[in-house]
Amino acid sequence: MDASSIIETLKAAIPGASYETGASVDFATVYVPAASLVETCRALRDTPSLRFNVLLEVTAADYLPREPRFEVVYHLLSIPNRQRLRMKVRVGSNEIDGVVPTVQSIWPAAGWPEREVWDMFGIVFAGHGDLRRLLMPDDWDGHPARKDYPVQIHKAAQTYEPLEVSEDEFKANIERDRLKRAH
Amino acid sequence: MAELRTETMTVNMGPQHPSTHGVLRLVLELDGETIKSCMPTIGYLHTGIEKTAEQKKWQQVVPLVERMDYLAAQSNSLAYVLSVEKLLGLEMPQRVKDIRVLIAELQRMASHLVWIGTHAMEIGAVSMLFYAIRERELLLNINELVAGFRFFPSYFRVGGLREDLPRGFHEAVNAFLDRFPGKIDEFEGLLTKNDMFARRTQGVGAITQEEALAWGLVGPIARGSGSDYDVRKYFPYCGYETYDFKVPTATDGDVFARYRVRVEEMRQSVNISRQAVKRIPPSGAWACDDPRVVPPPKDKVYTEMEALIQHFLIYSQGFTVPAGEAYVPVEGPRGEHGVYIVSDGTNRPWRVKMRPPSFMAIQALPKIVEHGMIADLVAVIGSTDVVMGDCDR
Repeated sequence: MDASSIIETLKAAIPGASYETGASVDFATVYVPAASLVETCRALRDTPSLRFNVLLEVTAADYLPREPRFEVVYHLLSIPNRQRLRMKVRVGSNEIDGVVPTVQSIWPAAGWPEREVWDMFGIVFAGHGDLRRLLMPDDWDGHPARKDYPVQIHKAAQTYEPLEVSEDEFKANIERDRLKRAH
Repeated sequence: MAELRTETMTVNMGPQHPSTHGVLRLVLELDGETIKSCMPTIGYLHTGIEKTAEQKKWQQVVPLVERMDYLAAQSNSLAYVLSVEKLLGLEMPQRVKDIRVLIAELQRMASHLVWIGTHAMEIGAVSMLFYAIRERELLLNINELVAGFRFFPSYFRVGGLREDLPRGFHEAVNAFLDRFPGKIDEFEGLLTKNDMFARRTQGVGAITQEEALAWGLVGPIARGSGSDYDVRKYFPYCGYETYDFKVPTATDGDVFARYRVRVEEMRQSVNISRQAVKRIPPSGAWACDDPRVVPPPKDKVYTEMEALIQHFLIYSQGFTVPAGEAYVPVEGPRGEHGVYIVSDGTNRPWRVKMRPPSFMAIQALPKIVEHGMIADLVAVIGSTDVVMGDCDR
């Protein structure tokens, strides 16, 4: 099934959404507007002729200085129909904050890959709920996979303060624990 | 009368725990011996390979991607070279395809041997590690014979192979293939009917097929739950459609089912390798004949000006790849290894992204282990066969 027939099927399921085909050498590529992403994903998973039951990965690419700057890329797989699909969402440099909704409600596998895209590119997924650093340390500044992020930087490794307990606190802890057990 | 204390206990497992296959950290909330919640923390092995790859020329990325999943180096590089060749529109000679299939299958066996050794060791069968590593040594020797490097041979190159097969390759592979099936029987004799192994693995860490697919666990984990998805059958590459092999599946979805699937996969790999080694003639093409990518033969470099220039250009500037993007998956030992590349038409990649099967497996780990016993956690981690280099990249 090529990109245009997938779009026809999607348009029948979701009236009013606008899709575009993308150039590709391997399999169908469809551009999806961020506003109708979640219902498109639901249609892609549940429509009998599509049935994309596996989300393989979520990633992004930074096309600086082009605008819209980012593309979020979803690779989908339909095992029943032996079909692959690349789905893309364009994200501009001033709309990285919460424009793309999370698709965890459709495929739970999206959780960590979306976190990684936020970690690496700084694209915020609306409704994700757990956008913490995944690969980089918790106290890292910036998003390393962006094209304007330097390749070689010298940054002092930050470590957390070691746990320091004074002798009084230590004794108080032991005492409290002992009292609790005696109680 | 003392009150029974009921609060849960938080236990930190890792990052330097011998059974977490690298540096995986799990924060566990325990109620007695039951796992209430499990929170994996990853990133300790993150080395920015994808960012580094953007600074390298196309051919120079091959050794980098091999270091992602370090137990299945050549299945990473196979996925990478296939995607670049897809953008370049290159078609490989039959001999190159067959050699690639053979090397990829040997790699699968080597990876599964590390898996069976460490997995069995972690749940008590310590001697299995030595038996498995002994066989893997023979596969590493074959790597050394082929490319001079045991772990990361970088033998697959964009446009074919690095060089022709060495003398004695067929004999070495045949000697291994004659020996190995008996060794698999030996492994099974030690584990499959072993009552203690069965009790540690049967009914432990079960996941249904729907859950496995929803969490993106395509590969041996989903096949252990009844899915028959295998990239080699569904989207054949390198001529896998011409080989006669089966995709082993199991239905229980537990640790033991995943064990049965992987052991059977080793047998099927022997089967494929036997067919491949018969098809590979002792001499012939080892690269395609596209002058953009493959340097001219040495005797021409020394005698013809054009060949010398071409040789110089390929090794200094590299080659350009037409603008566009490609995602080509291969069936790696841990599931679908896919490489997504974006080219802007220059001699360096714009973006290289690996689809890491271990990343997805660790993401789904809480789903599998929660409400189970803490003693089973190590068995489940072993059965998902995660490699942190693949997960963190």
